[in-house]
Amino acid sequence: MLLSLIRKEFTLELRRRSVVSGIGLYLFAIIFICYLTFSLRRGSINEATWSALFWLAILFSVINSVAKSFIGEKRGLSIYYYTVASAQDVILSKIIYNTLLCLVLSVVGFILFSLFISNPVQDTPLFLLTLLLTSIGFSASLSLISAIAAKANNSNVLMAVLSFPVLIAVLLMAIRATKNIVDGLERSTSYDELTNLLAINCILTALAYILFPYIWRS
Amino acid sequence: MKTWLKIVAVVLVVYVHVAGLLLGVPRLNILNETIRNLYFHVPMWFGMTALYSISLYHSVRYLRNPTLDRDHKASAFATTGIVFGFLGLGTGMLWAKFAWGAFWTGDPKLNGAAITTLVYLAYFVLRGSVDNQEQRSRLSAVYNIFAYAAMIPLIFILPRLSSSLHPGSGGNPGFNTYDLDSQMRLVFYPAVIGWFLVGYWISTLRIRILALEEKMAELDYAKHS
Repeated sequence: MLLSLIRKEFTLELRRRSVVSGIGLYLFAIIFICYLTFSLRRGSINEATWSALFWLAILFSVINSVAKSFIGEKRGLSIYYYTVASAQDVILSKIIYNTLLCLVLSVVGFILFSLFISNPVQDTPLFLLTLLLTSIGFSASLSLISAIAAKANNSNVLMAVLSFPVLIAVLLMAIRATKNIVDGLERSTSYDELTNLLAINCILTALAYILFPYIWRS
Repeated sequence: MKTWLKIVAVVLVVYVHVAGLLLGVPRLNILNETIRNLYFHVPMWFGMTALYSISLYHSVRYLRNPTLDRDHKASAFATTGIVFGFLGLGTGMLWAKFAWGAFWTGDPKLNGAAITTLVYLAYFVLRGSVDNQEQRSRLSAVYNIFAYAAMIPLIFILPRLSSSLHPGSGGNPGFNTYDLDSQMRLVFYPAVIGWFLVGYWISTLRIRILALEEKMAELDYAKHS
């Protein structure tokens, strides 16, 4: 069931190409604005600015892309899922699918950043690992919050309000790890942050798994 | 809440105000007399954490067996908790102005406290934006549990990993081994208990108001139909 749900997500995504390309364009627009602004004065972008811009761009495009996982769904569709799949399967498939989506977005963002702005990252494999871990955290918390926001009025505003405080823990760790990587410190200095990130991910995923059935029942 | 507990709460808080301002405190550089803020600032955070935890407990109970009463309790304890949070921020900012020289410093604990307050403000925004009562109770219970779990690493674990101006983190000793001398303990522990009891008392009043409002709405509905 889990596999067919994940496959369904991919088929849907590929069928509605406008959504994927919309998010891609959104990310590109953010990065291009940064590029235009900072190209006015060469060399004015230091490591801290780079990391702030990078995480802002990723955060906003990720919130926008994951938000639609429940908010865009029609009412009848969730009733149909209810009859054919268990709640745990639904949330797990969403989390796995959104993790991949976030990872793709972050990697594309990283490539665009190094293309247009600069690439201060000194240890690419470690940075990719950081991106993977943050993608898991983002997708676990945002999938649940998107399910909550979908049930309420003005869901798009609510999505941003509810997700920001929950994501801070993940973001803080990611920013610290990025700082270490950008500064070219030893790998071992970032292990603390990465294990913390892993622990936070475990908490968030487990909670999303446990709590989702309660939201879904309504 | 039992009447004797209310009396204990009042006595303890009055005692904290009198003894906290009059009893002797250790003479320390920079801190000077502001050390007395320990009796007001720190109990706010203890009280806030305890009230949020009680709110979490009621949210979990709500999900296991949904009754309106449990939702009222969860929301009332969160309301009092956020008031304690604001008071903690306020007293902390005053103290920081005198001890560290600025109302707001980039201390990890301050950021954690600000984010925790944001979490619970978001909780009330969520409660405000769902019309259906049952839906509102369930969604806010889920968010309460989720947000509480996200808050724990922020205020308890992360500040301890990095250096902080607060005692008890980044190589600074915790205030047990710090110079919380025996005379200060005589005021500090009663302060923690007293402020918590006052918070609990206010929450019970709030729960009764919510229940009465619910009853009034029902009577209104019955009259009009």
